[in-house]
Order: sequence, then C-alpha cells, then structure tokens
Amino acid sequence: MTEDFQRFRGTPGYIASGPLVDAVNCAIALGRPLLLKGEPGTGKTVLARHVADGLGMKMLSWHVKSTTKGADGLYVYDTVQRLNDSRFGTGDVSDIRRYIRLGPLGQAFASAERVVLLIDEVDKADLEFPNDLLRELDEMRFSILETSEEVVAKERPVVLITSNNEKELPDAFLRRCVFHFIEFPDVGLMRQIVDVHHPNLDAKLLDQVLIKFYWLREQNELRKKPSTSELVDWISALLRAGMTHRQLEAHIPFLGTLLKKEQDVDALRDYDERKGKYPARWADLGPRFNQ
Amino acid sequence: MFLDLFYGLREEGVPVSLQEWQAFLTALEKGLHGSSLARFYHLARACLVKSETLFDAFDRVFLRVFRGVEGEFGDDVTEKVLDWLRDPKNFTELTPEQRAELERLSSDELVRRFLERLAEQTERHDGGDRWVGTGGRSPFGHGGEHPTGIRVGGPGQRRSAMKVAEERRFSDYRTDATLDSRSLRVALRRLRQLTRTGVASELDLDETVDETCRNAGEIELVFRPPRKNDVRLLLLMDVGGTMDPYHEPVSRLLTALHEERGLRDFEAYYFHNCVYDHVYTRARLSRSDAKPTADLLRRLDPRWKVALVGDAAMHPTELLEAYGGIDPRVTTATPGIVWLQRIAAHFDRTVWINPDDARTWDGTYTTRLVRRLFPMFHLSVDGLSDAVRALVGARGQESSARREPG
Repeated sequence: MTEDFQRFRGTPGYIASGPLVDAVNCAIALGRPLLLKGEPGTGKTVLARHVADGLGMKMLSWHVKSTTKGADGLYVYDTVQRLNDSRFGTGDVSDIRRYIRLGPLGQAFASAERVVLLIDEVDKADLEFPNDLLRELDEMRFSILETSEEVVAKERPVVLITSNNEKELPDAFLRRCVFHFIEFPDVGLMRQIVDVHHPNLDAKLLDQVLIKFYWLREQNELRKKPSTSELVDWISALLRAGMTHRQLEAHIPFLGTLLKKEQDVDALRDYDERKGKYPARWADLGPRFNQ
Repeated sequence: MFLDLFYGLREEGVPVSLQEWQAFLTALEKGLHGSSLARFYHLARACLVKSETLFDAFDRVFLRVFRGVEGEFGDDVTEKVLDWLRDPKNFTELTPEQRAELERLSSDELVRRFLERLAEQTERHDGGDRWVGTGGRSPFGHGGEHPTGIRVGGPGQRRSAMKVAEERRFSDYRTDATLDSRSLRVALRRLRQLTRTGVASELDLDETVDETCRNAGEIELVFRPPRKNDVRLLLLMDVGGTMDPYHEPVSRLLTALHEERGLRDFEAYYFHNCVYDHVYTRARLSRSDAKPTADLLRRLDPRWKVALVGDAAMHPTELLEAYGGIDPRVTTATPGIVWLQRIAAHFDRTVWINPDDARTWDGTYTTRLVRRLFPMFHLSVDGLSDAVRALVGARGQESSARREPG
C-alpha cells in the first residue's frame, strides 16, 4: 500500500514543524508543486535549500521579478549575442543551439538527476505569470520553437514555490499545487529558533525579549510587524550593548532594529508619551501567552 | 464520510475541485497520512485548501465531519477510504465511460457546457440525460445522480451539486449582465496611467538605429522600459440594506471593472454601511471571508487608487461611535469614521461613488461627514468619468472635480 519514495525528514539547521514536513512529502509523492505562503521572515526561501540538503539533491532557484515572463524560465534565445557574433565573426552563427540558454525551469527538466527547483516570490510577477507555466508544470515538458526540440523531464523535479501574498494567484494554478501556510512561530518554537542563533542566552533576558517582541506584534497600529530575522538582529544588538533583563522591563531599546517604518516608530513614541505601559510578564499579554 | 468533507467544504465556500480531491485520494493511497488523524488533517488541508483565509472554514467542516471519529479510525484511515472507494453504492448509475468523462471534466468546462445547454434549451424539461431539468442523469439540473452536476434552483436533495447555480440573496455583485455596461467601460477606459517605469527591457528601435549610425555602424542597442498601465485600483463596496435598490448599477460597474484587463492590479472588497475592522471578499459578508482592514493599509502602498461605492447614508452612531456597527455578529471598538480617515490619509487618491441622487447628499448628516474625507461622485456614466479623472488626472483637475458635484 505505502509506496516508497524519497522522503524529506528535515535537517539539523532548519526547525520545521511536522505538518510542514508532511506537506513537503505530499508534494514529492504527488509530483506536484508545493506552494508556500507565510509572513516575510518565516523561512520560506530557506526551506528549499534545506529540502535539497535533506534529500541530497541539487538545488536550482528562480527568483521572480516584476518583469519576469513565464517563457524566461524555460529558455531564452539570445538574439543579441548572435547578432554580435555575426557582426564580428567571433562565433559560429550557423548553429542556433549555441544561442539557446535554458532558464531555471528548463535546466531542472533537462537535468539527468532529480533536482529541487525553487520558484521564489511568484507573486512578484504579472498576474498571468503562473498561468503561463501551467502546462509545463503539469506535463514537465516543453519545446524549443527555434530548434523544434522537446525537453522532457527525466525525473520530475521537486518544485517549491513561495509567495508573499502580494497578489492573488489564479485558481487554475492553485488547483495544481499542494499548499502550506507557514504560521508565525509560537513562543515555544521561537525559543528554539533563537537558540540556534544565540545559544546560551540568559533565560530572564530571553523572556523579556520575547514578551516585548510578541507584544509589539499584537499592536494593531503597526504597519509592518517585526519578524523573526528582526528579532535575531535585535538580540544581537542587545547583547553587544550588554543590556540586562531589568533594563528591558520598562523600555524597548534599539527600536530601529525592530520597526522599519517611520510611522511605526512614531506610533510607539505616541504610546510612550501617553504613558503607556510595556508588559513585563507573560500574564500582561493576555491568556494566549500564559505559560 | 469523505464525501461529506468534500461537500461540506464547498458549502463553506472553499473551492475544492475534483482535481484536488483526486490528488488527495492519491495521497491517501500512497499512505502519506501515516496512521494519525492529525496528519490526515494536515494532508487534507494541504491538498484541498489553497488559502490561509479558508483554513478556518476547513477547521469547522473537519470538526463537523470527523467529530468522535478519532478513536474509531486511529489506525486504518486508508482502509476506510479504500472501502469507500470500492463501495459500488457511491457510483451507482455510472458506466465506466461516464466515469472517465467525469474525470476529464474540470469545473470551468462544466460551467461552459452548462451555459451552452441553457442557450440550446427553450422549454422546461424533466428526466432524460441531456437537457437541463430535474431528475435524470445530465450533469445539469437538480435532483439527479450525476456526482458533479451543476444545480439549477430547487432543493439539493442528493447534495450532488458541484456548483450551486441558483442565486443567493447577497450573491456576489459580479454578474454577467452585459446589458449596457459598454458606456461604463468607455468611462473606465480612462483609468490609465501609461508610464515607462521599471526595467528597460524593450528594444527602442529608433534610438538603436540612431546610436548605431553614430557609432559608425557598430551595433549599439538601446533599451527602454515598456509602456504599461500603472493604475492599481482598490474597490470597496457597500452591500445590503439601503444599497439593495442599487444592486443593478453596482453589479454593472463591477462587471465592467472585471473586464477591464488593462489595470495593473485590481482588488475588490465588500462592507456593510461603513468600513470597520474588517472588509469581506464576498458580498455575503460571512466571517470566513473577512480580511482585516489594517492589513489592506499595510499591504497596499499609497499609490493605489481607492474607490468606495456606497450611499454613505446611515445612522450617525454607525459612523461615529465605538461598537457602532449595525451587524450584531461584528463588534468593533474603533468607530467607522476613524477607519475612513485612515483610508483617506493612507492613500493619495480616493473617491467615493454614491448611487443616491446628488441633490440628496447634503440632506444627510453622515453623507456630509463622508464628503469631507472623500471627493464624492454620482454613480452614473458622467459621475464615473469625473471620478476616474480625480483618480488619475493631474492634481489641478482633481481639485476642480472636487468642487464640481457640490
């Protein structure tokens, strides 16, 4: 009943939740792309690198930009190079194959062994972009018009697609994906994550840091909530300055490492001026955080 | 039991397609759920639900369908699924050919064929397996046995409707009413700001020839960014209550906007009477469709154009007081006017499109207040042209437009 296939089990450098591991394996088994969504800074992109490491495969990445076209991922016909070569006689112009360059998706299909392909920030591109790739991702093949060759994937690549939710993705595209939403880490998971970056942190300091951090994230006025990477930076700054947990009780120093928008810093200054209190115990954050 | 999950999800507005359902069954066959209900849950969610905004709906359905099941099938989910698949009862009346065809049908295909049938058919029809009607094995109509059929009105006795084609009370304002939306489209065509911004990726042929000549025949390529419409539009629509009489013109506006392919980005949300903490992706304003308004402000930068469509006429408490929202399901501490102020302050260009007769605007206290925040235009072809000019025109034009409707 249970078919055998290569399974991802996580790596020491990446703390993945059970459901995430399951979703990765489901995508591998079904041969469908895995769509990853989640707040910025929750490790969507890093996951691909660790999936590749965990499975012992090569990784190819395709970073999508607002000007990226679906066809770019398959191949590009470098007309300008060919024109230049013909002008200066620097290359053999007669062989058009020399001017066909495979894009990341094309390389993934053409590769002899199975690879992990990361399509990063798919929502950056035009709305139609995912639709342009439907057939290629379904059948894992495409043809090069200029040479009428067909590239067929020998091994279905493991495709991971990340989205920051800047645009809605087309339904037809979504239907073909396995979906996982990386939730923002809860306090327990966050302790583990911090421990990877700052081992042996003073427990009382860590408590104060996390209380302030999760309190900030609860504030509705903020336009950009601080993320994990910003928390890690903030702790670095605190350690560098030799801050103790007592100093943190009533203040949030180095606010600039946590809040990146002027309006947000202003909002917090307003809060200061209104003599707003910062929480110092988990109980101050409400029942969700009772430890 | 498993079909209950499928239909339950669709009833809660999670758009699960046959394709996804099959992927899910394949995953079960491969034993990916292991032996725990929790992993079964995550597997189902990963395969069937494609947006985190629908997770809540999924949870509710899952709880309802699998309540008390944990002990019962801790170990052998697979067996249960396969038993179900083997059970011929679930596929009565289906020949292998029909099943094969069923698998080929995607839901878009179903809708298209449904519309074709409707066009062909001229009279009421019951039984048989081709026409839209009741009974029978055609995928269209209701009370029939085609598992993916489209339901046309009537009660869904067998719950075999893949898409409920009958209209709901607050059906989404988007309709296919094409009658006379042409003039609206013409007005909207001005919703354009063609700019050459971004990466230079288009070959500028004239400049290239020019530069190459200057370069004594050595090829010198000149690139420029392509011309693109840079307008991103956020539409916020009032539904229900006093807006009901205006359903027709508003739906025409929405149809026209959906057909307007040129916009760089377009998002539409619904609200009731006034914008509060949440706006809704669908006109029925159910909680599973709610999006925090604060998220919109965070996510959309000030260059987005905002058009609010509503009559702005409400009880003053609904606009001005905390917990003023008329909907008892939603309690909100922030008064509506504060949210409106935030929207007006965040975005550079905003307009309010009001379906009420312009002469009545000054007679309503809340309309006067809203007009201080947003330039207001009448929902008519002329008013819309002015609104579009206020959104994308030069600044001077905008201020003249601001005075015009008064």
